[in-house]
Amino acid sequence: MRIDGKGRVDRTRPLRFRFDGVDYAGYKGDTLASALMANDVKLLGRSFKYHRPRGVLTAGSEEPNALVEIIGASNQTPNVRATVQEVFEGLTAQSQNRWPSLKHDLMAVNDLASPFLSAGFYYKTFMWPRAFWERLYEPIIRRAAGLGALSGKHDEGVYEKAFAFCDLLVIGAGPAGLMAALTAARAGADVILADESHEMGGRLLSDTGLINDAPATDWVAGVLAELAALPNVRLMPRTSVTGAYDHGIYGALERVGLHKSARPNLPRECFWRITAGRAILCAGALERPIAFPMNDRPGILLASAVQTYLNRYGAVPGKRITLFANNDAARQTARDLMAAGVTVAAIIDSRPDASTVEDCPVHVGAEVVDTSGRHALTGITLRKGTAEFRIETDCLAMSGGWNPTLHLTCHMNGRPRWSDDLAAFVPSDGAIPGMIVAGAANGTFSTHGALAAGHQAAVEALKAFDKTAPDMAMPVAEDAPYRLAPLWAVQGKGRAWLDFGNDVTTKDVQLSAQENFRSVEHMKRYTTQGMAPDQGKNSNVNALAILADATGRAIPETGTTTFRPPYTPVSIAALGAGGRGMGFAPQRFLTSDQASRDRLAPMIEAGLWYRPSYFPKPGEATWREACDREVAIVRDSVGVADVSTLGKIDIQGRDAARFLDFVYTNTFSTLAVGRVRYGLMLREDGMVLDDGTTARLGENHYLMTTTTAAAGLVMRHLDFVHQAFCAEWDLRFISVTESWAQFAVAGPKARALLNSLLDAPIADFPFMSVGPVRIGGVDARLFRISFSGEEGYEIAVPTRYGEALFRDLLARAETMGGGPYGMEALNVLRIEKGFITHAEIHGRVTAFDIGMEKMVSPRKDCIGKTSAMRPGLVGPDREQLVGLRALTDTAIVSGAHLFTPGDVVDRDHSHGYVTSVCWSPTLSAWIGIGFLKDGRARHGQRVRLVDHLRGLDVLCEVCHPVFHDPEGEKLRA
Amino acid sequence: MRLTCPLCGPRDRREYYYYGSDDYLNRPAPDAGADAWEDHLHLRTNPAGVTRDLWYHEQGCAQWLLVTRNTITHEILSSQLVADRQGAKP
Repeated sequence: MRIDGKGRVDRTRPLRFRFDGVDYAGYKGDTLASALMANDVKLLGRSFKYHRPRGVLTAGSEEPNALVEIIGASNQTPNVRATVQEVFEGLTAQSQNRWPSLKHDLMAVNDLASPFLSAGFYYKTFMWPRAFWERLYEPIIRRAAGLGALSGKHDEGVYEKAFAFCDLLVIGAGPAGLMAALTAARAGADVILADESHEMGGRLLSDTGLINDAPATDWVAGVLAELAALPNVRLMPRTSVTGAYDHGIYGALERVGLHKSARPNLPRECFWRITAGRAILCAGALERPIAFPMNDRPGILLASAVQTYLNRYGAVPGKRITLFANNDAARQTARDLMAAGVTVAAIIDSRPDASTVEDCPVHVGAEVVDTSGRHALTGITLRKGTAEFRIETDCLAMSGGWNPTLHLTCHMNGRPRWSDDLAAFVPSDGAIPGMIVAGAANGTFSTHGALAAGHQAAVEALKAFDKTAPDMAMPVAEDAPYRLAPLWAVQGKGRAWLDFGNDVTTKDVQLSAQENFRSVEHMKRYTTQGMAPDQGKNSNVNALAILADATGRAIPETGTTTFRPPYTPVSIAALGAGGRGMGFAPQRFLTSDQASRDRLAPMIEAGLWYRPSYFPKPGEATWREACDREVAIVRDSVGVADVSTLGKIDIQGRDAARFLDFVYTNTFSTLAVGRVRYGLMLREDGMVLDDGTTARLGENHYLMTTTTAAAGLVMRHLDFVHQAFCAEWDLRFISVTESWAQFAVAGPKARALLNSLLDAPIADFPFMSVGPVRIGGVDARLFRISFSGEEGYEIAVPTRYGEALFRDLLARAETMGGGPYGMEALNVLRIEKGFITHAEIHGRVTAFDIGMEKMVSPRKDCIGKTSAMRPGLVGPDREQLVGLRALTDTAIVSGAHLFTPGDVVDRDHSHGYVTSVCWSPTLSAWIGIGFLKDGRARHGQRVRLVDHLRGLDVLCEVCHPVFHDPEGEKLRA
Repeated sequence: MRLTCPLCGPRDRREYYYYGSDDYLNRPAPDAGADAWEDHLHLRTNPAGVTRDLWYHEQGCAQWLLVTRNTITHEILSSQLVADRQGAKP
């Protein structure tokens, strides 16, 4: 029911929305919960386990009952709290966890079976017979489990992530938070004020208190206007600070677009990482329910929530309201209702000595012992002394006192401390370095106390920035003492709920204690108390009190479970914003990328790079046909491939040669200027790190090439060796990978092709030499190196000329019967030649294993040298690099294991494995390379190549890994 | 988590690459013997308290940092450039 003249919703802006297929009207400023309440909709959901009818319990993010699905054009979001979701024009929501309808839910049969469904039911029941678990029990449980449903489609919504920095982060914009932010802002500090609601002001928006003898909301508006005008303040409404992390980092989720109809490019949510010099937690407090029998019916709400709906939204959840409380503060709700003209049927105060001043029936020393009403509350039963009587009522507001919202203080292992005065846990000092807790979150419940504490916290925090708070007049507000008598549970016949979300009752906690799950952490897991939507927010302290009672301990002795991030749910989509689909990783494109795609080359990922796999020609049905053709053109005429992805490191300085001698196993100080040498690099533990060629461009100038895969790794390694062991050497190096576009030109006609476009043709350019050349006036570098086994060159030009040169090279190659070749052909060419890649040097092989132990110079130290000589890293027991040639025309695969014919084929008898395979068009055979125990002594022998996964068993001949041109005559031609 | 780079200032942990203990800085002589090398390569203390380890400012200035921190409180006690310390020579 809507109350005229009450609330902060904008009556000039009516909105239409839909819930469970019915259209309703609300106003701008309504939440889904308040708008449905104004339309007298009381039944909003079904409980998780017993499918009990449930209505709204709270008015905030702690809501355990009113969880709904929001239906968007392209997505469906389950478990949205109706108490948080703002109404907008066209909002569509539906209830969940019910079938076929909310009113008639067949699973409600669980409620009848509840005597059998107590805590531990699953553990006790589904134990046997064992075979039933997978086929029967699990499918049934899975079907019944879970809340809400996803659409099953990709979430096409836009999400964002962002970083923010400030001196002071104020969490919560109630009286303490506003005062803290104002104080720090006036002192000139950079302030972020974050509040999870759509409107700032906290409890001041919900109660009818005065500040400076005027409505508190006037003061809120004044402060917010001042803060909004200051350049050093960022106000972040709809932003829930969800976690506190090391070194002043806070996670926060902003609901950017969830309160509007979807628009292209409007993010739904933004996940913030806020780095703050200091933080003040002013998150307020959460009212706790009372565990009285049958306390879960729709129409039973927290008293503070009823007050919020009345004063903030102008909506009330009933026409004849009763209040059940154990403290003074809650009775203001009844007074506010009466002042608004709503009938209060009775106030029930559990304290025998409580006052009876209100103008309505007040029962002191009384308790609610039963309730009635199937889909909504119709009445309650009261017990006073030995007498019991019934009151007709359609709404019961309850209050068991308040729990400070201290969750964030526990995120770094802080443990809260019990306060007997407040009958609640309060935060421990210094639980989060750099964070101060103020106001109700710290157990200071009066408005005056909160304002003063907020100010004082800011004064304290400002010291860290050498700033002083200006003199400020403290606003005048109520300062009533917090008076309550703890009331955790009411004895009676029916079930009394603790955790509404998970259907945990007082009996479940008692059963847990009885079955010796007495530790609070065991109890939680045995009963599921405080798990899922509740997260202990509403139920935790009540449950601890019941457990303490059942185990004969005090509450502080019983302890509390741990609060972990996030404080409120954070969607994975927001955490991973930007990372969906192609956003998952950056993409690196070659200068030749478009030219390759123009030729319809399928692209293959190599790390972050995209490289052409092969260049199909009309009439070629499979990649193999294209690959075989490309291999043939390199062997017979000329092929061109973009090899710019290889890492290039420019190394200069008087000690450059000395440095290379230290990081490479072989010697580079003896390399002549204008020459290139193949180098092998080890890790300090003796395993091969990387290989590649390094050219000496000048006396003190080298250019190192790394593999594509290890480019970053090698750079990091070189930086480490330099800075850790020879920082004082005259040496500088930098990655120039992206500065040069480099193309391999390989084949018998390679020189002819190059000479057709070089400004000055090359004549005597021997294998493993490097030199400057010019192409159309552009300075370029020419290397005579080969990864194919043919006469090969690599020509490098500044990146900006890459595409033009590539297109030119292809055009010229094609007139000579050549053309481009892709990664598939490149791989075949190198396997035929026995060249290794990271398929072979995978981190577990030594120089000995790959047959390069002679490259480890005996005349100098180098990284990894000592370790490489350790016992066990050399000798016939090692698996050594070999070539493999299939003896039948059967495709072989890498990953297969090698066995001696006649041996049992099992793991114990494996003698090695295959790392690379291909069909060799040059040899007309399936060939591979791999590692075989004592392999170099077994050339000419036969092995069985077995892959159980792919059902493969092929006899192969072991051979030298260099299949093609073993003497290197073509290479040096 | 945030680390202060002596060159770039306080930066987010995501900019850094973590390597391991500062033991890696104490490279034994080639003839130091198998035990010394095994120690260097494989044996690590796992202190509850103050520890020193190596971080690489990979997304920044490419400097290696020697960071002293507390594994219990997560406090960062100091950070300096590896290159600035008196290093062992190869």
